[in-house]
Amino acid sequence: MKGQAYITGVGMSEVAVRQTRHPLLLTLDAVREALDEAGLTIGQIDGVSTYPGRMPAYLGFSPVGADELIDALGIRARWYAGGGEISSQLGAVVAAATAVRAGLARHVICFRTVYEAAAMARPDEYPPLRRDRVDGASQWTAPFGAISAANWTAQYAMRHVSKYGLTREQLAQVALTDRAHAALNPRALVREPLTMEQYLSARMISTPLCLYDCDRFTDASTVLIVSSGDALDEVRCTPVRIAAMAGSVERHSWDQAEWMACYPTGAELWKHTDYTPADVDTVQLYDGFAFYPITWLEALGFCGVGEGGRFIEGGKRIALDGELPLNTFGGQIGAGRLHGFGFAHESVVQLRGKGGERQIPGDPKVAVATSGGGPLATALLLARD
Amino acid sequence: MAAARPLPRLDNDNRFFWTGGADGRLRLLQCQDCRTFVHPPRPVCRNCLSERVEPTEVAGTGVVDTFTVNHQKFHPAMEVPYVIARVAIDGAPGVILTTNIVGCPVDSVVIGDRVRARFEQHDDVWLPLFEKIAA
Repeated sequence: MKGQAYITGVGMSEVAVRQTRHPLLLTLDAVREALDEAGLTIGQIDGVSTYPGRMPAYLGFSPVGADELIDALGIRARWYAGGGEISSQLGAVVAAATAVRAGLARHVICFRTVYEAAAMARPDEYPPLRRDRVDGASQWTAPFGAISAANWTAQYAMRHVSKYGLTREQLAQVALTDRAHAALNPRALVREPLTMEQYLSARMISTPLCLYDCDRFTDASTVLIVSSGDALDEVRCTPVRIAAMAGSVERHSWDQAEWMACYPTGAELWKHTDYTPADVDTVQLYDGFAFYPITWLEALGFCGVGEGGRFIEGGKRIALDGELPLNTFGGQIGAGRLHGFGFAHESVVQLRGKGGERQIPGDPKVAVATSGGGPLATALLLARD
Repeated sequence: MAAARPLPRLDNDNRFFWTGGADGRLRLLQCQDCRTFVHPPRPVCRNCLSERVEPTEVAGTGVVDTFTVNHQKFHPAMEVPYVIARVAIDGAPGVILTTNIVGCPVDSVVIGDRVRARFEQHDDVWLPLFEKIAA
């Protein structure tokens, strides 16, 4: 369809920890797979978009920038963007979709490359973030030992525990579901299922989040090619339409905001489409911490605010054969911290029926993919027409 | 030498806040035109865009909005476990400070607890920590 944006190719590098392959080459691996799948060549790519751009002060978090990829692969980019001050990881896809809809590019490589485990193993080459004194937003949290996003997220989760009665057994369903699905995904980082007994006996990180509620550092690259509806005659794949997108925030702060940004973002998404939550066949919801999918389910209107814990209780509803399969590739908790892009990647895989052992039954046509936590949030509604 | 906590880098926007503890006072920026409290401190009011924002003393008490007990040793200077909390500050609607609740067992904090600031000096910075007000 003219004036629309589609995800055509999707690709992923090897997903592992302490990789030694150069992060630019991991990115190339994912680019090659995505091009191959879309039936495109690198010469047809005329745009690049990434999040959060190369971060010299913290290379493990983002070792490759848009500039560098354009230069390294000889891409002739008519449009490009890379930066962190956008509505989270999939904000890079929103930017690309906006660009192709405006006619600024035809085929845009969107990528997210992470190298955090490798960086920990090779600190001389990839130094950790060093801060003698903190400034900006960090100054309001780090001096009190609220250093990790686990701490910031845990406080929102505690409010659900206190106000809505969220239980550990309910919260556990995110990690248990992720790990059960990851066991069916040959590319997942963690392939052993997790039991409720293991979950309940895990050590606490920051109450109510335990070890298994947290994703972990991973080295990988994920690529999504966003193509213009005017250029679909150039691709050789089933295109998946970006039917709606949103990324809202009320206060860009982890502690001044009453609600995480997923709430306004979820409501905003449905203003841009005739689809409703009842039309959605699968949800791929950001799970850097296990509490996030619960809030996304509420924010997107699959259940009421405060009802997320009860919605996933027992896990049947969000299993592969449930009414709303969640994170069918294993999410970040099971498949690795691909950082946001994995959710859109998996949505496309499922909508094309290419999930193999983890393919959801029926003929899924509509998926929601999200990224971000706290003040960061992006939601994409993806549809196979 | 023991590792130090991460401390804020002082500048002309935040110095009044981080040094307020020198005389035992919690101060927040307040708009002199519409009375909105502006936090984090910035040279403009987010409600009316007035530039007449001034440090104003507040009572230094508040309510635990939410909290977590941190068990992971994220920083060598911080002995675990400890309570991280968001405290809604009395008399400053909309302002929440991330802080620690100290002087009580870590498992005794609940949402809604009334708390009072107690400053702790680290070099040139006075951290506003909070302790429970006896019921």
